[in-house]
Amino acid sequence: MIQKRVRAVQDYFLLGAASIRFIFVRPFYPQDVVQQMEEIGVKSLGIVLLTGFFTGMVLALQASVQLQRFGATIYIGGLVSGSIVRELGPVLGGLMVAGRVGSGIAAQLGSMKVTEQIDALNTLGTDPIKKLVTPRVVAAVIMMPILTIIADLVGIIGGNVISTFLVGIPRSLYWRTVWDQIIAGGFSFGFVPNEFIHGLLKPIVFGFIIALTGCYFGLRTTGGTEGVGVATTRTVVTASVLILVTDYFITQALLAVLVP
Amino acid sequence: MSHPEGRSDRRQGERRGDATSAEVREAIRTELAQEARGAGQRDGRDPVIALRHVYLSFDKPILEDITIDARLGETIAIVGESGTGKSTALKLILRLLVPDQGSVEIDGQDIAQLSFDEALEVRKKMGMVFQGAALFDSMTIYENVAYPLHEHFRLSEEEVEARVREKLEFVDLDPEDVMDKLPSELSGGMRKRVGIARAMAGNPEIMLYDEPTSGLDPLTTGTITRLILKLQRELDVTSVVVSHDIRSVFRMASRVALLGDRRIVFFGTPEEMAASDDPYIQAFLGGF
Repeated sequence: MIQKRVRAVQDYFLLGAASIRFIFVRPFYPQDVVQQMEEIGVKSLGIVLLTGFFTGMVLALQASVQLQRFGATIYIGGLVSGSIVRELGPVLGGLMVAGRVGSGIAAQLGSMKVTEQIDALNTLGTDPIKKLVTPRVVAAVIMMPILTIIADLVGIIGGNVISTFLVGIPRSLYWRTVWDQIIAGGFSFGFVPNEFIHGLLKPIVFGFIIALTGCYFGLRTTGGTEGVGVATTRTVVTASVLILVTDYFITQALLAVLVP
Repeated sequence: MSHPEGRSDRRQGERRGDATSAEVREAIRTELAQEARGAGQRDGRDPVIALRHVYLSFDKPILEDITIDARLGETIAIVGESGTGKSTALKLILRLLVPDQGSVEIDGQDIAQLSFDEALEVRKKMGMVFQGAALFDSMTIYENVAYPLHEHFRLSEEEVEARVREKLEFVDLDPEDVMDKLPSELSGGMRKRVGIARAMAGNPEIMLYDEPTSGLDPLTTGTITRLILKLQRELDVTSVVVSHDIRSVFRMASRVALLGDRRIVFFGTPEEMAASDDPYIQAFLGGF
């Protein structure tokens, strides 16, 4: 039992390593990458916009209640941007994309597995990892940071809506505190705000986790259509847990490395 | 060459309703002598495919001491009860699986020793027709049949299209009618024919069929069987057919391997099989 689990973890990492190695091995499948970028990125835009906007609004609302006790409501912008850029944008965006994209990848590859399409690829002389896994991993790693930037921006705008119309803080003051918060984290290489490194390194890792987990469970699907359902569920649960766990360790590491 | 299969079909069709299994076996013996000779069997040559003393097990033993071979242009059928490892034997030939012991040779090369990438090269010599056709459901019929051509051949798009049309016509499909459709828009029999067209697109030396007639009505079964015979005769490929359908197998195969209890129970010509008085073989044939 333990041996089986250890082997499963090993297979997961081997699949990840193979998916990266095949980025540099011919033949390349650029069309598949573009198609997956649309599938993973463009089609997730709606859900990410919605998540970002409402997260920003609720953060501003909660912050206004807490900060009012100290007469510090003018710092709403800083609190919203600090929370969203560093944590909530990447993590909530990652969890939403894990639900939408990870499950989709697992279902698609799982269906291909149970209908022997994966075997068909093999027999036609194509490595399924190169054809199916690598394009999805590359597309997710490219699109997740872009989605996160959009989610962050929309979230901060959501916070602005609440702070301006409900709390009554001038728009210019809100945006100044947003920027103050960003530069307060310090800079790397002299000009890249550390906040952005926190906020953009995570979605790269999360994108990799989401695509790899979906592919891993999809390609291991057995037991017909029921197996596809199991693969989908496992993907969402595993990817979500991995996102939350790696988020902690990335934050810990970055806090140690990027000193303001 | 004259083509006796139309006549044979009519004769079999007339018998279908009232024949006893003994009569059918007798008829098969005579028909088979003609059919198998027409299949282009060539004796005295090195085998194109050879499984030698192959053992395979996962959690429990699947195959034990399997030895079969197929010579150039020959059609070997693997038959047996469900779950006896027939499809597994095909996966060994494709090197989708590697035996625990023994060797699997293609053109004299032991493919069990090859790396994954080398195995991909060997697979280009083979065309595989899957039980459920296994067409890529996100691609059109044209893209499906053109897939191996785009992957492994440096052909212009015009040449690819010409080849796709040729293969679709070979399997009696109208290219204009089906090329732009998705697999989900076709019937089971049509999908199977597209599967055959895709498998033969790269002009393979070896064709492998996994239950080519399962799940099809008797008329479509006849069509697919005729198609496989046509492929044998016109392209002279070496074939391995895994099937439950003894009637089709006896029409197609030059030799039949009967798998039972993880081992080869019988390997010989259909005539020898039909003439055998082995109780297991008789029981197996009696069911049809």
